[in-house]
Amino acid sequence: MPPSSRTSEFAAGVRAQLPLLLGVTPFGLAYGAYAVDAGISTGLAQAMSAVVFGGASQFVGARQMAGDVPGIVIVLTTLLVNSRHMLYSASLAPFVEHLDRRWRWALAYLLTDEAYATAVVRYRQPGPATNAHWFFLGTGLALWVDWQIATAFGVFLGKAVPDEWSLGFALPLTFIAIVIPLLRDRPAVAAAVVAGAIATIGFRWDYGTNVLVPALAGLAAAMLIASLAPGQGRDDAPEAA
Amino acid sequence: MNLWLIAFGMGIVTYSIRLSVLVFVHHSALPGAARDALRYVTPAVLTAIIVPAVLYLDGSGEFSPGPGNERMPAALLAAGVAWLTRSVWATIGAGMGSLWLLQWAA
Repeated sequence: MPPSSRTSEFAAGVRAQLPLLLGVTPFGLAYGAYAVDAGISTGLAQAMSAVVFGGASQFVGARQMAGDVPGIVIVLTTLLVNSRHMLYSASLAPFVEHLDRRWRWALAYLLTDEAYATAVVRYRQPGPATNAHWFFLGTGLALWVDWQIATAFGVFLGKAVPDEWSLGFALPLTFIAIVIPLLRDRPAVAAAVVAGAIATIGFRWDYGTNVLVPALAGLAAAMLIASLAPGQGRDDAPEAA
Repeated sequence: MNLWLIAFGMGIVTYSIRLSVLVFVHHSALPGAARDALRYVTPAVLTAIIVPAVLYLDGSGEFSPGPGNERMPAALLAAGVAWLTRSVWATIGAGMGSLWLLQWAA
């Protein structure tokens, strides 16, 4: 199988992001409307979507800004809320380490939940991945553009999509479509079951620990199961990981 | 403190986290066990996002793991469709379609 061209990889990346946009767009609208409601200036609310580019942390940040929380606390909270991205950074590192610095800086800027979820699926595919970084760029940029536009609509027009449509549910649904095919070996199942259970208990834990702690517990469970049954889960190990 | 300065600080820490292993620390410098564990990041993190989004009600944030929560059957159906079709669009179609149907019937 010859490697796909740059443009076809880029286009495939954009296409892979489209289902996620269904859920992300109402989230961006809600963020823009919420930030302005909370008293953040339209310019700052919009700029945060480019400077921070992290939905949950922007919501929390806007709430804290409105509540006159000290700046250092807001920055440290952001650090915690977005700390799960370190797992994404480490997970994708083996696939991009051959790229030059400019590429890695650009891709890191675009490394959100949604870009990670789609890029990692691409890198798990068999066959040549010579131009797979163009896929990563496409999927990351598609989300970025959508997030900026959705923020702008939310900031200037308010929340345009009624909650009753439940469009936000498209996001967990897309993640279901990504996770289910990965549950082929016991460590992966253990990771999902433990992470899901702890996340249910810890739904109200603050500062993003409601995702980070369950995820780390899931990783620990996967490692435990893998050590009990050696050979499990090795079949789909990516070459470089 | 100036809000713009705070937003800038939020951006710097977020970008630093994303840059961490991609740019600053070579992943081969990570301990072997950590590198092995990274293969399970996707099911661990995404499931930690999925399950509460299904079990807690949207507006009230109330824990509702049973009747009255249309998201649960919709998510289970979507998981079945994902298993059979491996298609993102089919999964979303089944999940949103059944959710809307159940909400309309309720």
